[in-house]
Amino acid sequence: MRKLLLTTVSLTALLAAGPVQAADKIKVGVLATLEGTYTVLGEDGVRGLKTALAVMGTKHGGKDIELIIQSTDASPDSAVRGARKLVEQDKVDLVIGPLSGSEGIAIRDYSKTQPQTTFINGISGALETTYVTPSENFFRFNTDGSQWSAGLGNYVYNEKGYKSVATIGEDYSFIYTQVFGFVTEFCAAGGEVTDRLWVPLGTKDFGSIIASLPDDVDAIYLGLGGGDAVNFLNQYQQAGGDAKLIGGSIMVDGTVLNSKGDAKNALIGTPSSGPQADTWDDPKWQAYVKAYQDAFPPDQRFPSPSLLGTGYYNATTAAMTCLNTIEGDLSDGHAKFRQCLSTLELDAPNGKITLDSNRQAIGTNFVTEVVELDDGTLTNKLVSIQENVNQTLGMDKAAFDAIGLPSRDVPACKASY
Amino acid sequence: MLGDFRSHKYTGNFLLRIEGVSMRLFIERNPVWSFIIFCLIAFLVWMIFAIWPEWLIDAIGRKKIFLNALFNGVTLGALYFLVASGFTLIFGLMRNVNLAHGSLYLLGGYIGFQVAEWSGYWLLAFPVTFVVVGALGILLQVFVFRKMEGEDLRQTLVTIGISIVMADLMLWGWGGDFYNINPPSWLNGPMDTFFVTGVKRSTGDLIYMKYPIVRLVILAAAIVIGVAMWLILNRTQIGMLIRAGVDDRDMLSATGARIQLVFIGVFAFGAGLAGVAGVVGGTFQTVAPGEDIRFLLASLVVVIVGGMGSISGAALGALLVGLAEQFGSVYFPTYAVVLTFLIMVVVLAFRPQGIMGRA
Repeated sequence: MRKLLLTTVSLTALLAAGPVQAADKIKVGVLATLEGTYTVLGEDGVRGLKTALAVMGTKHGGKDIELIIQSTDASPDSAVRGARKLVEQDKVDLVIGPLSGSEGIAIRDYSKTQPQTTFINGISGALETTYVTPSENFFRFNTDGSQWSAGLGNYVYNEKGYKSVATIGEDYSFIYTQVFGFVTEFCAAGGEVTDRLWVPLGTKDFGSIIASLPDDVDAIYLGLGGGDAVNFLNQYQQAGGDAKLIGGSIMVDGTVLNSKGDAKNALIGTPSSGPQADTWDDPKWQAYVKAYQDAFPPDQRFPSPSLLGTGYYNATTAAMTCLNTIEGDLSDGHAKFRQCLSTLELDAPNGKITLDSNRQAIGTNFVTEVVELDDGTLTNKLVSIQENVNQTLGMDKAAFDAIGLPSRDVPACKASY
Repeated sequence: MLGDFRSHKYTGNFLLRIEGVSMRLFIERNPVWSFIIFCLIAFLVWMIFAIWPEWLIDAIGRKKIFLNALFNGVTLGALYFLVASGFTLIFGLMRNVNLAHGSLYLLGGYIGFQVAEWSGYWLLAFPVTFVVVGALGILLQVFVFRKMEGEDLRQTLVTIGISIVMADLMLWGWGGDFYNINPPSWLNGPMDTFFVTGVKRSTGDLIYMKYPIVRLVILAAAIVIGVAMWLILNRTQIGMLIRAGVDDRDMLSATGARIQLVFIGVFAFGAGLAGVAGVVGGTFQTVAPGEDIRFLLASLVVVIVGGMGSISGAALGALLVGLAEQFGSVYFPTYAVVLTFLIMVVVLAFRPQGIMGRA
C-alpha cells in the first residue's frame, strides 16, 4: 500500500515537472551566500531581491518569474558549482548573483562559457570582475569596492585629522579593492598607511592580530565583514583596544550593526563609506526602505536594508525593467535584453546608475558615520555624497592602470598617482 | 616482568601511572634529545620572562606580539580541548565517530545565549546548557547509536545526516545572525599581568602585558575540567569502568558491568561538554551557522594529532593546533590555514596513531 502510494506520488511529481519548461515562464537563478561567514549577508541579499519582486510584481513582459535560489559559501568554487547547477541543470534564463568578491571573478569566467545565459551581478565588488577581461553577458549594476571607498580618504584626513593609518582586512579580492580605493585617496590627500595586515576569510580568533596592531597610528581601517567583523570587535573590546576606527563598507553595514551582543558598540562614531546611507532623506530611498519594511515582518529583517539587500534589489529591478521593455522576448539569444541592460539608466533608490562600456556601474557613493539611535540600534548617518563615481575613480585609464591591480600591497602609498 | 607489560596492550595506562619513572628512562636512553628539549624549554622560558634584546626584536618582532600569540594559542587550545575531549572520549569508549559533535557545540552556543539573555546570569548558561545538550546526547545514544552498534559506516552516515538536519533547524530557529554572549562586566576588558613586554624609552618604566580577563578565565576553567576528567578517569570507580570499557568492551560486559549505562553516561557527558564549549566559544568568538563544521573539523584534527580516545592526547593536540593557528596568523599569515593541516600530515606520516595514541 505504502509502496503504491509512493510510486503514485513520484509519478505525479515526474508528470508535474514536465510542463514547467513551457515558454510562459522565465527562470531566474539566484546565487547568494546562505552558508558560512557571510550567511546573514546572503539572507539580506535575497530579501532585497524579494522586495524588488514585491514592488514590481512577479509577471514581466507577459511571463511569470520563477525563482530558483542556490546557496554558496563565499568561495569561488561554491559559486561556480551553484551557477553550473542553475544553468546546466535547471536551465535558467538569467542568473542574479553572486554576493562576494572572489565569487564574482569566478562567475565572470564561467559566464563566458555560457553565452546563452545572462548574468547580472548581485553585489560582489572586486575590481577585476568587470575591469579585467570583462564578459559580454555579465552585467554589474553595483559600484565596486574601490568606488565604495570614494570620499572616505579625504574625509578622515581633512575632517577627522587622521594622518597615519594601519589597515587590517580579509585576504581576498573584494577587500583588496576596498583598501585600494581608500589608500589611493588617503595617500593622495597626504596621509600615510603604515601597515597592512591580512587575515584569512572566516578568521574567528583575532587575539594575536589585535596584539600586533601598531599603537602609534591615528586610526585603524577595518576591512572585515560578517562574522569576522563581529568577532574582531568582540575580541578588540576584551583586549582593551581604544584606537580610532575607520570602517570598510561591509564592516559598518546593517549585517554587523544588527548583530546580537555588545560587540558592535565599538563602532559608534566610526566613519565609513559605501553605496548607501541609511538616514538619507531622498524620497526614493525612503520609499525603498518602506517597501523593504513592508515586505517582511520586523523579526525577519533588519530595521532598514543592508547594502547587500540594495544590491540585489537593484540587480532585480534592472532585470525586470528590461524584461518588460522587450516584452519577455528572449528568443533572439538575449540580444535585445542585453542591449536594454547596457543602455539602461537605473533610477535606483541609492542614486542614478548607468553602465560603462565594460557593463560596470557608474553610481553615487556615500560617506557615513555610525550613530546610535534613541532605541539603542545603530545606523549609518549620511555625511556627504559623491556623484557619478566611475570605476577608475575619476583618473584617466592610463594613470589608473599604472597603479596596478589591487592586491596585498598594491597600491603603494604615494602622494600622487 | 617489565618486558611482559611492554608487549601487552595495557602498557599505555601502566606507563601513564609511572610517568616519573618513564621520564627518567627517557633521559637515560636519549641523552642528546633530552638535552636539546631541555635547552628549547629553557629558551622558551627565557623568552617569556626576559626583556628582549634588540637583535631578537629585529629578528621576530616585538615581544608583545609573541607573548600574545603564545597566550592566545593556549586559550584557543583550551577551547578546542573542551570540544575535542568529549569527542575523543566517546570515540575511545564506543568506537563511534560522532560527526554531529559540532552541531552539539553550536546548539550549546545558542542555548547559552538564550539562557544568559533571559536570566541575565552568564554563569547560569553553563549548567543549563550542559544539562540540555547532555540530555540530547542521551537521546542520540539511546535512539540512534544503540540501534547500530558496531556499524561504523552506518553511524558515520547517520551522524552526518543528523548534523545537516540540526544545522538547518538551528538556521530556522536562530537565523543566520551572529550571536555574542556577553560576559558579566567583571570579566569584560583587559587586566594587567606580571609579564613584561618592554621598557618605555622615555622613562625607563617597565611595560606590563594587558590580557583579556575572559580568556584567562576560560583557560583556568579548561584546566580545571581537564584535571577533573583525568582524576575521575584514573582515580574513581566510574573511571575504572570507563577505562576498562575503552580497553575491552566485551570483556567488561561479560563481568557483569552495565556497559550500556556507562555508554549513556559518557555520551551525555561528552555532549554536555561540547555544549559548554559552545557557551565559551560564544563568549569570546561568535555563535553563527557554519561554526558547527569548523569545530567538528578542529576536533577531528585535534584527536588525529593527539591520538583517538586519549584525554591527554586531546589536551596536547588542542594545544598544538591552537598555538599553530595563533603563531601562524601573526608570523606567516599567508600560510596560517595550512599550518594546522601540516601538523596533522606530519603526525600521520611519523606516528599514525597520534602522539599519545596507542597502536
